[in-house]
Amino acid sequence: MKIIVPVKFVPDLVEELTIDSSGVTLDTAWLRLIINEFDDHAVEQAILLKERGGGQVIVSTVESEGADDFLFTAAAKGADQLIKLTGDFAGVNNHALARAYSGLLKELNPDLVLTGVQAHNDLDGSLGPLLAEFLGMPYVGYVSGLTLADGAVVVRKEYPGGLIAEVEVKLPAVLGIQAAEQPPRYIAYSKIRQVMGTAKVEERPVTGLDLEGGVTVSRMFQPEAAERATMLEGDANAVADRILAIFKEAGAL
Amino acid sequence: MKYPPGKMIGALRSEFFDQVIKHDSVWMCVSCYACTEFCPSDIPITAALMTRAKEEMLLAGNIPSELQAALENTQRYGNPLGESPRKRADWTTGLQPEVNILGKTRQPVDVLWFVGDYASYHPRMISATKSLARILNALGIKFGILGPEEFSDGDSQRLAGERGLFEMMVQKNGQAFRKYKFDEIITTDPHAFNALKNQYPAMGVSYPVKHYTQFLAERLELLKPLLKNEVKAKIAYHDPCYLGRANGVFDEPRALLGAIPGLELVEMSHQRTNSLCCGGGGGGMWLDGFQWEKAHTRLSEWRVREAVAAGADILSVACPYEPPRFEDAVKTIQDAGQLKVREIAELLAEAMSI
Repeated sequence: MKIIVPVKFVPDLVEELTIDSSGVTLDTAWLRLIINEFDDHAVEQAILLKERGGGQVIVSTVESEGADDFLFTAAAKGADQLIKLTGDFAGVNNHALARAYSGLLKELNPDLVLTGVQAHNDLDGSLGPLLAEFLGMPYVGYVSGLTLADGAVVVRKEYPGGLIAEVEVKLPAVLGIQAAEQPPRYIAYSKIRQVMGTAKVEERPVTGLDLEGGVTVSRMFQPEAAERATMLEGDANAVADRILAIFKEAGAL
Repeated sequence: MKYPPGKMIGALRSEFFDQVIKHDSVWMCVSCYACTEFCPSDIPITAALMTRAKEEMLLAGNIPSELQAALENTQRYGNPLGESPRKRADWTTGLQPEVNILGKTRQPVDVLWFVGDYASYHPRMISATKSLARILNALGIKFGILGPEEFSDGDSQRLAGERGLFEMMVQKNGQAFRKYKFDEIITTDPHAFNALKNQYPAMGVSYPVKHYTQFLAERLELLKPLLKNEVKAKIAYHDPCYLGRANGVFDEPRALLGAIPGLELVEMSHQRTNSLCCGGGGGGMWLDGFQWEKAHTRLSEWRVREAVAAGADILSVACPYEPPRFEDAVKTIQDAGQLKVREIAELLAEAMSI
């Protein structure tokens, strides 16, 4: 069972985000990148599958700040192979990323591709469905648990309203991971340092990005504060009546 | 606690220590050093048993999620709170004269003030940190801080089993220290004090270091004339584990409090070497939810009850972990309603009207 986990890094929201002088993208001077949280879960789910049923886990990322640390941590968790796509990824979108990854994935011929179901900086759709399209594989998203069957996987797919569906998917397939069956495990720093000495990151150069299918940002701006607040006075009943009236006026009721 | 130290030693002797590591009771330990202090056989229980057991549990991935987040934050942001390292000196905003951030001014100073994580970032502690800055200015001390170049001292993380992470913090702080000229280090944080004094030198980072209460007590004759404002209250002083029991500093904080006009010092039933921990050490700061689930009792509440029983109006502390912990306990204990919690620096500043 060959499982590949392609991941991406997204702006770290701990730092304040500012918009650069072009007005359409984030200023990168103080921007820090962090692993997409859902991709972290995808790695955990892959390791869990390996621990349960054996197989091989390959984790792949794009050249980026924090990429090596992340790959070594994945190796410390049990990943067998680490691949880093290198090149100029400035301005990359998910279509371009999916194309870059699909080249690698076609070569590696996986049984299962796990990737985070979404990322907070997705503008042109999520990586998973795009990958599935370029690979010609089925895709199921919002997966929070899976079991292996014969030549297939049975996934738990989350729907709104607390509904869960079990879906059988023939392999090879791409799954968009919502949550791993357990939270991403902790790896002691000494273990990561140990792995840095032994694990190897394979570099695969990528020449030229095909951004076709992406969106053009016309303007990026902070939410603009408006002043429109009314303080409602009176007892609970009077206030409740007024609230209902406001909702009706606004067409919400 | 299913396996207290005695049972852990028994388990070691009987060769079923792996049961202890599989269980999570070791995470009830807050590395307060009480067991080490009172062991009649002089076994260094905290350092040699509890910390080592926690190291094994971390390697096995047996760790409550709250603590995991604090350790991952330390690795990524240099502080367990998960705040941006760039904002580490934001507490200095508005202070006049401006606090000397060494990386900006590059001026040599007499004293490098190692502020610490909670003193830098925690909203409750910023007023105490600013108070100390004002006191140092009033005394004419030429000091500087590392600001964004300062990393967590790493001591609580070390005691929570993350030796590797601690070593990374030592390396990074050592790198920063080497860049600047200063004669000594003072710190607001007893955990940083403990690390800088007892752990860092073995790793090649060795400077004279004092806790701020020691530094100010040395200058008590200069300080006394400035303490003009009366602070009329009965005050109980809580000996922080890492200042008191672990490092023997009991008298200097009391000397400072004794110099404040109007204060009447009362002692709680546990004091000095048998002081009760606030529950924050050894990872405890990030295990409150976990420990509450297990024990349904809090060390901080126990201590606040003692302060109330001693008749105190103010519970005075000297560690940045303590005010938030004790103030939360005051909120949950019925009779503690009026008890105030104050860092010594805050009380001195009040007495100095600054």
